[in-house]
Amino acid sequence: MLEGRDLSIAFGGVRAVAGVNLRVERGELAGLIGPNGAGKTTLLRLLTGVLAPDSGSVRFEGRDVTQMPIHRRAQLGFVLTHQIVRPFRDMTVLDNVMVAAATQVTLRPWRALVSVDTRPARLRAQALLARLGIADAADKPARSVPLGYLKRMQVARALALEPRLLMLDEPLAGLNYTEAARFADLIAQLNAEGITIVLVEHNLGEVTRIARRLLVLHNGAVLAEGVPRDVMARHDVRDAYLGADQDAVAHA
Amino acid sequence: MDYYLSVATFAALNVILALGLNLISGFCGQVSLGHAAFYGLGAYGAALCSVAGLPMGLSVAVGMMVAGAFGILTGFAALRVREDFLAIVTMGVGFLFLGAVRKQAWLGAEMGIAKIPSPLDKWGYAMLAIGGAVALLLLSLHVRRSWMGRAFGAVAQDEDAARSIGIDVSGYKIAAFFIGTAAAGLAGGIYAHMTQLIVPDAFNFVQSVTILAMVVVGGIGSTLGVVAGAVLLTLMPEMFRFINDYKLLVYGGLLLAVMRFSPEGLAGLVHRWTGRRLA
Ligand SMILES: Nc1ncnc2c1ncn2[C@@H]1O[C@H](COP(=O)(O)OP(=O)(O)OP(=O)(O)O)[C@@H](O)[C@H]1O
Ligand SMILES: [Mg+2]
Repeated sequence: MLEGRDLSIAFGGVRAVAGVNLRVERGELAGLIGPNGAGKTTLLRLLTGVLAPDSGSVRFEGRDVTQMPIHRRAQLGFVLTHQIVRPFRDMTVLDNVMVAAATQVTLRPWRALVSVDTRPARLRAQALLARLGIADAADKPARSVPLGYLKRMQVARALALEPRLLMLDEPLAGLNYTEAARFADLIAQLNAEGITIVLVEHNLGEVTRIARRLLVLHNGAVLAEGVPRDVMARHDVRDAYLGADQDAVAHA
Repeated sequence: MDYYLSVATFAALNVILALGLNLISGFCGQVSLGHAAFYGLGAYGAALCSVAGLPMGLSVAVGMMVAGAFGILTGFAALRVREDFLAIVTMGVGFLFLGAVRKQAWLGAEMGIAKIPSPLDKWGYAMLAIGGAVALLLLSLHVRRSWMGRAFGAVAQDEDAARSIGIDVSGYKIAAFFIGTAAAGLAGGIYAHMTQLIVPDAFNFVQSVTILAMVVVGGIGSTLGVVAGAVLLTLMPEMFRFINDYKLLVYGGLLLAVMRFSPEGLAGLVHRWTGRRLA
């Protein structure tokens, strides 16, 4: 479904992503892990078009999308949620999800100008908020709700786009233990419903629980790849994490 | 009577200018410090057509299109630069317009264009300007309710987030610039026919700051607030003649004061006092 070939990018002297090849198969739930600064976020940004790679290419469903703008990829169903939540702060939580639910209408500015019917988008947004358990905050301005809500709102917004491939950058960060477990269950359930998911997470306990395949990034390159149990047992993977944060491995 | 009529006409023209800028800056979040240039483009475009013998309606339409076309070009510039720099780019557009017009013989250079045909009487221009202002008011209220307004809001608040939910940020910025600058062109066309004489200085930086001050004093983003701001700042120099000599100082100071003490302008005050948000 998604294929990144030989992707590289450098910031100044830092090779944040260096020659990464990866494939994501339709229907899978893949975990992308690696210590802080490994290049996970940067890799997602290259894949979704937030950043243009110095070299390499991205194919989505057989089509080269390397040069395609982000909003077009999002319209194709290739959607990213940001590691740092990016709500529209002055809109309500409901409005945040509604704008995403209306992409068919907002596709062309001139069409958007003559469209005032908000009902279909509102109904869909309300259903998504309910599904993510944040319906009680629907009418609050996004700037005033807690992080746990914003994290879920961001996923609701992504789901409103009816994604076929969803890339989640640390959706569990900042959630407490039970919230994280429940949210991970939801992610697994979305995957079971047919959405292909790439999950970047530091919460190794939850990723190894729900992902069927792991990809380990270290210093901008793929260090290991395979089923979670095998990958986590590898010495080089443990060493990569030990250098960065021991607790994460102990936790897994 | 004539005096009141002409004040009313100028107030209406300023409403058109301010609402146009509000669409760009208030709705879509794009700063513009050169709005007077589009007012001028509309005036020059319409004046040239009228002098060449075209009927006034057609001339005004051409003026709008000329302003809108340059608005689209400016919109493309807005895609390349970030917020703070856009202020400088749009200011540059304003100076570029003035610089170019002042040097072009076919545009009358410093002397401007005189003897523009004027088919209407004072009442006619007043009705035309007020009609235009009402049309723009209704358009603004409609845009705010439409999906275009919601998408503008997303672009204004966080471009990157807007992109990642599939919004064509570039398309919306260009649309905002087109509508807002074509509106300024409309005001310019009416102005040119009414005064029968246009000179470059009518569209200078002070004029741009004046329009911006109307938007900010009224409450950036609030249609009704901006209408009030435009009317108020049109009447002020009429009541206090000395303001005319210190326009840049007075309006610049007013701008800073509002941004410091009531960033949401008159609309913000109404909200604070009555608890109601102005459209
Ligand atoms: N815009 C940027 N400019 C300069 N350097 C950057 C930029 N973005 C990322 N980097 C650098 O690239 C490297 C990879 O960063 P990245 O954010 O992709 O890591 P990550 O794996 O997502 O880390 P984390 O787990 O902390 O989120 C880091 O060294 C980072 O400092
Ligand atoms: Mg990251």
